Amino acid sequence: MIEAIRKLVDEHGRMPVPAASLKPDQDLYAAGLTSFATVQLMLAIEEHFDIEFPERMLNRRSFASLSAIAACFNEIEPARLAS
Amino acid sequence: MIAFANRAAEVAAVAAQHADALDREARFPHETLRALKDARLLSILIPEEFGGESASLADVAEICSLIGQNCASSAMMYAMHNIKVSSLVSHGRDSNWHCDFMQRICEEQLLLASATTEGGIGGDLRNSICAVEIDGDNFKLGKDATVISYGAHADAILVTARRAPDAPSSDQVMAVVLKDQCKLNRTTGWDTLGMRGTCSEGFRLDAEAPAAQILPKPFAEIAAQSMLATSHLLWSAVWFGVANNALARAQNFVRAQAKGRPNVTPPGALRVAEAASMLQLMRANTLDGLRRFARAQADSDELTSVGFAVAMNNIKVGASRLAGEIINHAMLVCGILGYKNDTPFSIGRHMRDVLSAPIMISNDRIFGNMSNLLLIHRLDPHLAS
Repeated sequence: MIEAIRKLVDEHGRMPVPAASLKPDQDLYAAGLTSFATVQLMLAIEEHFDIEFPERMLNRRSFASLSAIAACFNEIEPARLAS
Repeated sequence: MIAFANRAAEVAAVAAQHADALDREARFPHETLRALKDARLLSILIPEEFGGESASLADVAEICSLIGQNCASSAMMYAMHNIKVSSLVSHGRDSNWHCDFMQRICEEQLLLASATTEGGIGGDLRNSICAVEIDGDNFKLGKDATVISYGAHADAILVTARRAPDAPSSDQVMAVVLKDQCKLNRTTGWDTLGMRGTCSEGFRLDAEAPAAQILPKPFAEIAAQSMLATSHLLWSAVWFGVANNALARAQNFVRAQAKGRPNVTPPGALRVAEAASMLQLMRANTLDGLRRFARAQADSDELTSVGFAVAMNNIKVGASRLAGEIINHAMLVCGILGYKNDTPFSIGRHMRDVLSAPIMISNDRIFGNMSNLLLIHRLDPHLAS
């Protein structure tokens, strides 16, 4: 999961550093993730995993690290499968 | 302690006396600043534990509007100072130096300025070229600051820069630099259409100060959690004051006509009615934003949410557009007496001042950012939020 997100961060996150260098809990904003790129990354994740981020997850915490993004996915995915 | 509004009324009266002179001479509102210090209004946002008055942002917005009725430049100075204070209050409490500094602001009624814009990056305050260089317990910083409003008159300047010489342009910090810790060399002047009293000149800023003066939180957080919202809300409050006063002048003009010719509705009355509706939109827009800001103070997810950022940006673009329209209407109503600079119905200064509103952080830049955010943010279907 983290690896799939890492790949999307590389493709859409416009980070000044390669995603391979990021630890799962490392602060993505401090590493150079901008709010513009956050939106692009979120859209790419929605498209790739066929999910939708609910409004309540559209905040800084949800995209603060690779593991935070994975946690959002893990919260959305069971709800999607159950529906 | 006398209510904020009463203390602000005295300041507004002083600002009114000098508004035309400082507009004509493009000079700093020394008299307003003196009155603000005498009324101890420069420290009201600071918590009581540090010697302030724990005022809300809505209290400050009301004062901005009151002063803005009489002098937009004075009101904008007060707004910009409080935007900086709000960053200290929100993000400086974990740092002894900044807590002590808040006490000093209260005791000495210090005026804070901001150096966020920089040559080479346009108006994008979330990127810096200059960087903080730590050397032992101190840091050094040199910035080509293309705009520092009232920089020559401030007691301290809050400066943004990259965290380190090898940090990416968006990895920024904000540092407090005291007047005697920096050299300011003026690079550009401030001969402008309006807002002439803010003296927003450009400077080469070279500073050396203890590293403890760097705010402990990344500037990305400061910008998102206090600066963006407080800027848009307090600017909107200033513009509300300016638009309100222009419309009041137009209303006086129409009233005088109505008294002169009883039973005939003056032609301008319709425009006054239309503008009054826009003024109400402006008030509702700003007050709703202030309430939302107050709620978000206790909810960090809300404070950093896309919906909150969209709302705060909308307040700015909405207020800046409405203020311009209202003042256009006021000018049409007052006609030649509004166009002249020396009548009780003069609207020229209001108009020139408020033309700055759509361009101080360009509305087009804000719409550009919002068009991106609106790809993911869903519109709230509820009328009551």
